[in-house]
Parts: sequence; structure tokens; C-alpha cells
Amino acid sequence: MLPLETAWFLLVGVLLVGYAILDGFDLGVGMLHTCVAKDDLQRRHVINAIAPVWDGNEVYLLLGGGAIFAAFPKVYATVFSGFYVALVLLLAALIVRAVCLEFRSKLPDPRWRTTWDWAFVVSSLLPALLFGVALGNIMVGVPLDAEQDYAGTFLGLLNPYALLVGLMTVALFVMQGAAWLNLKTEGEVREKARKRAQFAWAALLALWLVALATSPFATPQLWAAYARPLAWAAPVLFLAAMVVFRVLLARRRPALAMLASSFATALLLAIVGQGLYPNLVPARGMGESLTIANAASTPLSLTVMLVIALVGMPIVIGYTIYIYSRFRGPVRLDEHSY
Amino acid sequence: MDVVWLARLQFSLTIMFHFLFPPITIGLALLILLFETARWRTGKDVYRRASDFWLHVFAVTFVVGVATGIVMEFEFGTNWAAYARFVGDIFGAPLAAEGVFAFFLESGFLGLLLFGRKRISSFARWFASLMVALGTMLSAFWIIVANSWMQTPAGFRVEGGRAVLTDFGAAVLNASTWPRFLHTIAACWTMGAFLMAGVAAWYYLKGRRSDVARVSLKLGTVMMVLSVVFNVATGDHHAKQVAATQPVKFAAMEGLFDTQTGAPLVAFMLPPTQEGPRGGPAILVPKAASILAFGDPNAEVKGLRDYPATDWPPLAVTFSTFHIMVAVGGLMLLIGLAGLWLLWRGRLETARGWQRLAFWGIPLPMVAIQLGWMTAEVGRQPWIVQDLMRTRDAVSKVVSGPELVFSIALFTVIYLLLGALWLFLLRREVVHGPVTGSEEEVRHAAA
Repeated sequence: MLPLETAWFLLVGVLLVGYAILDGFDLGVGMLHTCVAKDDLQRRHVINAIAPVWDGNEVYLLLGGGAIFAAFPKVYATVFSGFYVALVLLLAALIVRAVCLEFRSKLPDPRWRTTWDWAFVVSSLLPALLFGVALGNIMVGVPLDAEQDYAGTFLGLLNPYALLVGLMTVALFVMQGAAWLNLKTEGEVREKARKRAQFAWAALLALWLVALATSPFATPQLWAAYARPLAWAAPVLFLAAMVVFRVLLARRRPALAMLASSFATALLLAIVGQGLYPNLVPARGMGESLTIANAASTPLSLTVMLVIALVGMPIVIGYTIYIYSRFRGPVRLDEHSY
Repeated sequence: MDVVWLARLQFSLTIMFHFLFPPITIGLALLILLFETARWRTGKDVYRRASDFWLHVFAVTFVVGVATGIVMEFEFGTNWAAYARFVGDIFGAPLAAEGVFAFFLESGFLGLLLFGRKRISSFARWFASLMVALGTMLSAFWIIVANSWMQTPAGFRVEGGRAVLTDFGAAVLNASTWPRFLHTIAACWTMGAFLMAGVAAWYYLKGRRSDVARVSLKLGTVMMVLSVVFNVATGDHHAKQVAATQPVKFAAMEGLFDTQTGAPLVAFMLPPTQEGPRGGPAILVPKAASILAFGDPNAEVKGLRDYPATDWPPLAVTFSTFHIMVAVGGLMLLIGLAGLWLLWRGRLETARGWQRLAFWGIPLPMVAIQLGWMTAEVGRQPWIVQDLMRTRDAVSKVVSGPELVFSIALFTVIYLLLGALWLFLLRREVVHGPVTGSEEEVRHAAA
């Protein structure tokens, strides 16, 4: 295949992995919020565990969207208009979620805070579920018309395999979030987070095995890639990362556990990406698939953006590491905290 | 139900609501940077407290800007799929560049500035405020690159039913990029200045003088004048560019139907209809439109009738929004100059009349900004990309009327709620006020 298009397939993949790891943990923290933290002080610790970084994490989503628009405009057009109602619900949830953190601690009133706490939980759960369902549908393939527009319905998106991937995504993000809280909090919250991490780990593993067993029938197009033995490296490494995560969790090594969980996240997406390539949106039933060849921008455009990415991203990663390093260690509340 | 009309309604609703917030944060980011610079260089505590206070106002506004901005990143795909396919080769790059160069910068360093103030050095704190200010401006730059390409496309050719990039530099720095960027940035600075001076004036009106209110009033007032003057200059620059590159829009802005040499400038006139001028009283400045647009009193200005009526924008809206914007700009200039004169005479802190004017004038820049963008966007119609693609051909075919009604209703409800909460929390932040200096410092400030 053409190297530029492949490079952009990988780069979009890297951005989505970045998103799943980073916003994955803060969406997970959101879903766990009311369940690991009971009183206001605990909840403030949970919120401040992600307060300085969540906005930067979400930029990976915006950048992923921008990169898909720029590199594969037809995918951007087809998927976002085709999954319209799901996308609108996702955007609504992300809007609410963004203001939850900033608004919650502005008033001392317990009813005000509890309302925002629950809004935070719901608006964190919904995106995780919707991302997963959307990805599941792409894995299964979608009906496309002659102009490569989506030819299905909203209810058609809610097929069993897609819902399974939706639940897996929820479990994965909860695991990420619990691993993060295990790292950034102390005492009772940390203990609860560790237990939730174990639970999410078990749920993810079980759901993944179900997905593995059903994939040959549900996603034959993706399954075909696994005829090559080397392709099995990703699933094997995923299982290894999962085992390592569980061991590190039991041995109370929170930083390494967070790393293992992030690796598992990346590998899970690699498993999907490997199966999809060179398709971006496989057609099912009718129409021609969107591939890196027929959906990509021109070589000039891809080259220009590759330069932008190669110049810009190292700088971004550099100062992101600096900023995270300033917030090392468990959360300490001060007068500037939420 | 007309799907194109609904899609346009949704886009205007979401973009206009979104753009209530970035002008405030872009404007405040610069002013906070100035306070931070003063704090870093002089070490005076008043600047630290001023910066802390305005950071609170900034943060509560920034988050709403971020939340409503997410929608914009995806809306070209959800509602304008045909447009996305047509321009993706060119239009996606500035959006991606905005993410790489601007969003990471502003969000990352804002997190550090808001929550890490105790963990970083005095220099690092100043540097973080610089990066936030830079990030907001870079964000404005890249999104304006994208918008400007829709107005004055360049660096492309049409091939296989889509616009294909041929020259990235030419596409980025197309004819209207710099004029539009500078005029927008100037307007954002005006917004920041009016907010700062207006809030500070309110403290004086309420008898809550403090050292923070004092430095805010002074900085806000000076910036009012500087930014409005910058607006006038960049507005002139921008208008000349529109006259040269989008003559139909310029004729609509001026309500000029017939081409003429030595065209007059409309100071007042009833807005025209698509059929022709409405008549009635009018105040015209002879030859002024020719001078302003082309720097020559006898220059020829093209009239609308030189072009097919199907290529005209809605004239009443384009004309009215432009003229009201200019009038609001004039009013802001007067308020700013009066403030500067009072400051020079040493009477700014006691001039209650001007303080009331400054407080009630806070929304003026926002009114001008929204009207100006309406001129720019409505004035480009019926094109989504000037002379290349019509708006009616750009919508998503698969999104139905009922789906659009659902999304419009959902966004409207959420935005109304969000707007009300933002106003409520902003008011609370202002009423709570800055941490003021010791009694002695306050007395000194009042003296």
C-alpha cells in the first residue's frame, strides 16, 4: 500500500490510542466518581485527580476528529453524518461533562454538588458507551450507498456485537480510571478504586473472550487478518499486559499498574486496527468500503500534515510530560483546587 | 421541512453561542499576561491578586468555550458531509493544526496555571500565562485560516469533484486571512478590555474600591482605547480587502445596487430589500466609499446589479449588521476616549457617570463581534465556499428533518441552561470579588 496513506492510518490510530489512554482514564474516573467517593472531601479528591489534565486529554479527541477530516475526509463525512443521532448524544454528553468539573465546587450547597456529581457520572458513561458502539459498528461493517453515505438507521447501530464492544469500552475505561485513582488518591478512596479495578479487569477479560469467540462470525472481514500467525502478537501481548496489570495491582505498584493498563488499552486498539487495515469503514451488505486508498486526501495534503504532526507533536508531548510531572504524587488539595 | 434551512439554523445557533466565549478568553488572556508580567518584574502583590482574580473569570468562561467548541469540530461532518468531502483536502489541515499548535498549549498550561500555581516558580507561572495567551491566539489564527479559505479560496484546483490542495502557503495565507485575523483579535482584545474596565467600574460604583479594582480599571481603560483604535485600523484594512476580493459582499454591505465612480458612504439608510433600495431618509457621505475601499475619491465601486441576483446575499441582514457594528464601534471609541481623558485628568476613579457607562457598556464589544461575523457569513451567501460551492449543495444528505429538529432542540436546551449557569457563576465570581490588599493598601489605593 501507499506509504503516506498507511502513515496516516497509523497516525490516526496513535491519536485514538492517545485518546483512549488519556481521556480513557478521566472518563473512567467520572464513571467511578460517586461509587468510590462518598463524602464531599473524597469527591473533591477524585475530581482534583483529573482537574489539571482532563481538558488536555480531550484535545486528543478534537485532534483525532481534525486528523480524520484532514487525512480521510470521506470517513469524517460518512461516519459523522451516518451516526448522526449517536454523535449528537455524544456531543451533548461531552458538553455537560466539560462544565461539571468547573461548576461543581463553585457553590457549597450539597444539592448543587450532588446534582453535578451525578451529571458527571452519566456524562462520562455515555461517551464511553457510544465510542464503543461506534467502533463496534465499524468493526462489523456498515451499509453504504453508491455515494458511500451511510444507508442504515439509528436502531441498526444497536446490534449485539456493537453493544458488546460498547460494554468492553466501558469496562476498559473504568479499569483505566480505577488505575489512575489507585495512583493519585490515598486511604479509603484508593482501596475502593483498587477493588473496582479488579472488577473491571475481570469484566473486560470476560467480555473480550466473548468478543474473541464471536468475532469469526460477527466480523469476518477483520478476522481474515488473523490468518497470519504474526497477527496474533497483539492479542497475546494484550493478554500479557492484562496479567501483568492484575499482578501489579495485587502487589500494590500503582504507577506500573497504570502503565500496564495503558498498554492493554493500546493493544486492544491495535487488535482492531490490524484487522481493519487497509479498510477504514468496511461496507456490509451493500456498497464499497472506505479504504485508505479511496478515502484519503491527496499526497501533498497528507505530506503537509505529516510535517505539522512531526513538528508539533514532539513539542506537545514534551510539555505534557513537564505538566504531568508538576502534579506528581497523590492529590493534595489547596485553595486553588476545585 | 427544509433540511438546508434547519442545518443552517443549527450551525448559526451553535457557532454564535460558542463565539460568545472565546472573545472573552482571548481578550482576558492578554490582560492576564500583562498583569503576570508586572507581577513577575515588580514582585508587587497587587498584580498577583489581580491575575488570580481574572484567572477565575477566565476559567469559568474558558470551560464553556471548550464545551461548545467540541460541537464545532464535528459539525462539518455531521451536518455538512457534502461540504466535508468537497473541501477535506484543504479545510481539515487548519483544524488539525489548531489542535496540535493551540488546543494542547492552552489547555495544558491553563491546567498548570490554575492548579499548579503553588508548584511552579515565579518565572514558570509567567511563562504559563504567556503560553495560554499564545494558545488562544494560535487557536484564533488557525480557525480563521479555515474560515478565510471559505471566503477567498486560494492554493487549490478543482479535480474530480473536490478541491485539491496545490499550495499550502497560499491556502493558509489567502487574501482574507490576515485582515480577518487582525480584526478579530482586535475585537477580542476590546471585549477583554470592556469586561475588565466595566467590572472594575462596578466595584467603584458599589463603593468597593481596592488596589485590584484600581489596576484593573486603569489597564482596562487604556486597553479600551488602544484596542478600539486597532479595530478601526484593521476594520478599514479588512473592508478594503472585501471590496477587492468579494465585491458582491461589499456592495451588499453598502447597499449599492448600481456601479458608480465616486461612490458615497452610507452613514444612515433604511436597509435595502432584494428588489432594491427601500427609499426614505438617508445620510450619505459623498465619495467616501470609493476613498475607503480603494483610496481614490473617483474609484469605481461595483454595484449588485453587475451580478446575477441569484448570487446576492440576503441584503437587509448584510447591510444592517455591518452598519450597526460600525455604529457600536463608534460608541465604544467615544466611551474609551472619555475614559482616557478622565484617567489623564486623574478623575477616572470618581467619575460615576463614566463608571456607569463602562459597566453597562460591557456587552457592546460582544454585540459588535456577533454582528460583524453575521456580516461576514451571511454576506458570503449563497456560497459556502465563495464562487465554488453553494450552501444548499453542502448539507449531509442522510440527516433527516426530524433528526435535525431533535438536535436543534437538544442543543438549544443545553445552551440555554449553560448560558444561564455561566452568567450566574460569572456574577457570583464578580460579586465575591478579588482578594484585596491590606487595609493600608486599600486606603492607599483609594487616596
